[in-house]
Amino acid sequence: MDENYDVIVLGTGLTECILSGVFSVEGKKVLHIDRQDHYGGESASLSLSQIYQKFRQGETPRQSLGRDRDWNVDLIPKFLMANGELTNILLHTNVTRYLEFKQIAGSYVFRDGRIAKVPANEVEAIRSPLMGLFEKRRMKRFFEFIGNYKEGDPSTYQGLNLDRNTMAEVYAKFGLEPGTRDFIGHAMALYLDDSYINKPAREAIERILLYVGSMARFGKSPYLYPLYGLGELPQGFARLSAIYGGTYMLDKSIDEIVYEDGVAVGVRSGDEVARAKIIIGDPTYFPGKVRKTGSVIRAICVLMHPIPNTDNSDSVQIIIPQNQVGRKHDIYVAMVSSAHNVSLKGHYLAMVSTIVETSNPINEITPGLHLLGPILEKFIGVTDLYEPIEDGTKDHVYISKSYDATSHFETTTDDVRDIYERIEGKPLVLQKRPENDDENFTAYE
Amino acid sequence: MSSLDSAPSAPKPTASVKLVLLGEAAVGKSSLVLRFVSNDFQENKEPTIGAAFLTQKCTLPNRTIKFEIWDTAGQERFASLAPMYYRNAQTALVVYDLTKPTSLIKARHWVNELHAQASPKIVIALVGNKLDLCNEGGENDEEEDRRKISTEEGRKFAEEEGLLFFETSAKTGANVRDVFLAIASKIPEEVVNKRGGVAGVKGRTGAGEGRVDLESRSGENNAGGCAC
Repeated sequence: MDENYDVIVLGTGLTECILSGVFSVEGKKVLHIDRQDHYGGESASLSLSQIYQKFRQGETPRQSLGRDRDWNVDLIPKFLMANGELTNILLHTNVTRYLEFKQIAGSYVFRDGRIAKVPANEVEAIRSPLMGLFEKRRMKRFFEFIGNYKEGDPSTYQGLNLDRNTMAEVYAKFGLEPGTRDFIGHAMALYLDDSYINKPAREAIERILLYVGSMARFGKSPYLYPLYGLGELPQGFARLSAIYGGTYMLDKSIDEIVYEDGVAVGVRSGDEVARAKIIIGDPTYFPGKVRKTGSVIRAICVLMHPIPNTDNSDSVQIIIPQNQVGRKHDIYVAMVSSAHNVSLKGHYLAMVSTIVETSNPINEITPGLHLLGPILEKFIGVTDLYEPIEDGTKDHVYISKSYDATSHFETTTDDVRDIYERIEGKPLVLQKRPENDDENFTAYE
Repeated sequence: MSSLDSAPSAPKPTASVKLVLLGEAAVGKSSLVLRFVSNDFQENKEPTIGAAFLTQKCTLPNRTIKFEIWDTAGQERFASLAPMYYRNAQTALVVYDLTKPTSLIKARHWVNELHAQASPKIVIALVGNKLDLCNEGGENDEEEDRRKISTEEGRKFAEEEGLLFFETSAKTGANVRDVFLAIASKIPEEVVNKRGGVAGVKGRTGAGEGRVDLESRSGENNAGGCAC
């Protein structure tokens, strides 16, 4: 470890592992350390014994849950958008080769006390029980508008200017009801609250298009999920980094960030010091340099059945828009199962989460828990979310944000790009790895 | 290419099989593969950098096995090998150094880890490498015998755990082909007929139930003709 590196990365969460992989591929000498003995940090998938150790120290898992290896329990509930940026990065870096993906079987939204499939095109909108007949026609016209919208072709704008008109004005133009706005804004544009409504419509429209495009890609839902859990993602990027010379050390304590004249120059572990001009890490390694932005409550629930009213799907996302349950933030339910090699056969893992608004967060997720039916085991945690106070250009410490309450990885990849740009002073441009890279024997030395 | 490739090519079923290498650093994992894939050996080889996996075919009388050989990319050096690496492997080479007792302890650790994490049907070969450094019975008076782990000790461990067992020299090539041929013959028939979940490999047959190929742009399925 007593060596000079170009970049030292602390923590093996997804954000850190993508950056580590990107920098190694660019030829930088990377040292990547985690104080824990497994990959993934806050974005890990844990075995049964690790989950008990984290949430129920001293307790042994109930026997019916089977073997440790049957479980890969995610700590954060997120899915990949099929057309999203993480999918793009996976493809560009060929990390897709190390992983296998399945579709999430269904995307649902809660409205008027029950759940229904989110319609993602005109045909589904016509069939949807979410809307009355007239509302369906209005929804159909809205879909036609976003489907035909073409940048640079004013004849497709229908008189709207997406940079000037707000989303509220767009909704008003198509005469959409508040409940329909709820599911468009929250279950398709995937906003966590309603602050988007009075902002220019472009971002919301782009998010709806991402949803619709992702939906069209594979059919059942816009979401993908890696077999064996989300923890495979950081491991995949760590392997990419290692293949390009990155050095990995797990289970290694970090005792000090070494500064000279206020600028970080390395890290100390015991009496070893590794030096680098750039230090990247997750907030847990830099308690004095981050500020709290909020808290998320997440309840990991083990079920013996699929979530009721979801057509026996092996995996679903259910969004409960804030307005539907009198809150400021949505409640998310994400479920995966043994079909994704994350649980013992016949068991389902549902995670209910939301941004904490009160001093009694467990009460806040009750509407989500109610959708699940009988719960065999429940592991509840409240996690504080952090962001860096400074951008790192002064002290050369570049800190990632905590994994937020969104149901996908789009904000994670935004953070990756942002950190890269803070470090390099230019946007990240992914080079496609050559196809025969892996099999090129001369690369072996 | 290896002589393994030169058998007459009648149409036989070909199966791609993911093979992972496990073992302490510097026991000769990459050297074994180099010997197998290109019949070559490099003295004082640097730790592995730059290769994700290599492929080599092994032709048997009734079928062809195409090994996708995954290297550790050096992640084992500081006990940091990701479980993802060996998770979908249909076969594993657990390598130790015949001249280094700690490497057999590490090999035991990897066998346990595979039993815990990998597919129950995985074919594991235990390989004691660096046979060239062992000069049994003083056959060659010039060389001292540096063997520290007896054949018996290795074989006993392999028998207890149900592993294939070989002692090899990547340097001289002794027994290297035999290891891969033995593994190829032991791959269960159902793996040959139906791919058992090898990750992200080009040309795989059938992506498995509900699995998606992110690289296919043609897989669009518009549940009813979306205008988008």
